[in-house]
Amino acid sequence: MDVRTQTQNTPAELALIGAFDERLSELPGDGNVMLKRDAAIEAIKAGLPTRRVEAWHYTDLRRLLAKVPAYDDNVRAEPLKPLLEGASVLAVLNGVAGKTPALEGVSLQPIAEKLIDGSYAPALEPQGNDDAIGALNAALVSDGWFLDIPDGVSPDRPIELQNVQAGGQVHTRFAVKIGTGVTATIIERQAGSAEALVSSVDNVVVGDGADVTWVILQEQPETVTHLGQFNAWLGKNARLTLFVMNAGGKLVRQEVRVVTKGQGAHFDLRGVNLLAGDTHTDVTMVLDHAVPHTGSRELVRNVVTGKAAGVFQGRINVHQPAQKTDAKMACNTLLLSDEGEFSTKPELEIFADDVVCGHGATVTEIDHDHLFYLMARGIDEKTARGLLVKAFVAEVIEGLEQEPLIEALEEKLDHWFATHG
Amino acid sequence: MLEIKNLHARIAEDGTEIIRGLNLTVNAGEVAAIMGPNGSGKSTLSYILAGREDYEVTEGDILFNGESILEMDPAERASSGIFLAFQYPMEIPGVATMEFLKVAMNAQRKARGEEPLTVPEFLKRVKDVSATLQMDMNMLKRPLNVGFSGGEKKRAEILQMKLLQPKLCVMDETDSGLDIDALKIVADGVNALRSPDRAIVVITHYQRLLEHIVPDTVHVLYRGQIIKSGDKDLAADLETNGYAGVIGEAA
Repeated sequence: MDVRTQTQNTPAELALIGAFDERLSELPGDGNVMLKRDAAIEAIKAGLPTRRVEAWHYTDLRRLLAKVPAYDDNVRAEPLKPLLEGASVLAVLNGVAGKTPALEGVSLQPIAEKLIDGSYAPALEPQGNDDAIGALNAALVSDGWFLDIPDGVSPDRPIELQNVQAGGQVHTRFAVKIGTGVTATIIERQAGSAEALVSSVDNVVVGDGADVTWVILQEQPETVTHLGQFNAWLGKNARLTLFVMNAGGKLVRQEVRVVTKGQGAHFDLRGVNLLAGDTHTDVTMVLDHAVPHTGSRELVRNVVTGKAAGVFQGRINVHQPAQKTDAKMACNTLLLSDEGEFSTKPELEIFADDVVCGHGATVTEIDHDHLFYLMARGIDEKTARGLLVKAFVAEVIEGLEQEPLIEALEEKLDHWFATHG
Repeated sequence: MLEIKNLHARIAEDGTEIIRGLNLTVNAGEVAAIMGPNGSGKSTLSYILAGREDYEVTEGDILFNGESILEMDPAERASSGIFLAFQYPMEIPGVATMEFLKVAMNAQRKARGEEPLTVPEFLKRVKDVSATLQMDMNMLKRPLNVGFSGGEKKRAEILQMKLLQPKLCVMDETDSGLDIDALKIVADGVNALRSPDRAIVVITHYQRLLEHIVPDTVHVLYRGQIIKSGDKDLAADLETNGYAGVIGEAA
């Protein structure tokens, strides 16, 4: 990685390199996969990104990642109760794919098998020099799920991907190919019960005319480093709504990288960051509008309490051929403590001349007029504040337009407020 | 029921005195109208009664059923039975009206040591009261006051008042923004609440509302003081002759 000139690795980097050497014999993969792993660990040896790397300016990973837990082969993780009743659950339990469920019409395969047969090697290539999450995951990925939903076969129930850790290190992948015209709801759970380092990478191909709602619900304990990356490529007239809720973790970075490849494609990002304690949470999006007539909307709402720090970086690249791009980004933060902070960095890079692009960011406190109105009806101050904070983020959830999903996420919201509010 | 004694109050932020030695007594069962020209302190008085922290009381006292309310926050005042119908009800995005009504009703019940309402009982009450105000229940599924017309907002205030059954209703310029039909519906709603154990304070600039809610007493507020009190004929007199005469008399 370019800008780094340090001569000595940090204890965390040494721990990662050590873990790689130690696990190498157990990591699945053919020769091609092993070459990718070797290349990827070199990037870690060159040093984790610091604030001098632009994409990591607000999340100095080298400084913030102080401690890397050792692998723990003695712990067992249990699957979670699905967010939506009746969902088909595909679990990865402490880095190992669980039982294969019956999922009609969909081909399923544990990623470990695709590493062993080498077919997954090309997907392990990191995306450029600054892709520390891609590199770390490529070096150490042990398992995950590959799903192929054929053209025109919409699953009759939601699919839930679970990455559940019970301590140590977990490096997982979910790869999903969604066929033409498919309508699907996919829930991704990131959770666990102990101190851990987790990396999780999604590669999602959304076929022409498909309509996909993807929910990432991150609820790690406050001792966990969670490094997530969501990559998606959108076909012609495809729609993807990605909802991300961060409601846990000690050091969290969730990257979102989306490319609209087909005309008429539309991407929606809806984000809720619930930040508490002494934690650091970063959502970084890079969206490429690559062809004409594509659209995107980003709405991110953050609630900051305690000494928590949050980051949203939203970069929209409108390529030269991408005329008639319609992109709008908003990031709103409710700051509930003097010691909390939130950094927002919107970036528009536009090479086409006939586009509509905009962005806005606000940081506010609770509206005192609203608080007075609620209290004037007999609602005590704590309850009234809770209602207003919930209202602030509930708007992002309500836009999902699926009643059972909205209810389930609002329950998660209530649970977070009950424990942190 | 309500006794305001030599009240002085100012805007907390810049110290501007708005209420300057106001005295007023309103008894149980009474409908009192407070009238006055713009800038006389009418809305300020309603906010001070409700406990808005933008104002500070520097002298005097407000007694509600014999006890000072100055140390109580807005929620405590509401739970003790004081209700302010806002001139400009707040739009609160993201808070569903039904949810808000339920939380408010149950908060007041809890403060009085009563059990929360069951969902069917709650729904029944809301349905019954909405019908009397000719309100569509679908409106109540929307976020609180968001996208409501001026008239709908005022009806929603009366709906809340009827559901919460306060002992003292303070109505700030309830007639503003209402057409004649809506005005009648709102006035009927208020009249239905008249009772021997309840007091109603109607704050208004015009006499129009008082043709529908006939007051027992009328008080003229000017420069932060009550400068004249009388019965409903005083309101009619103000309508004909304007405030100038009364203000001249007092000066």
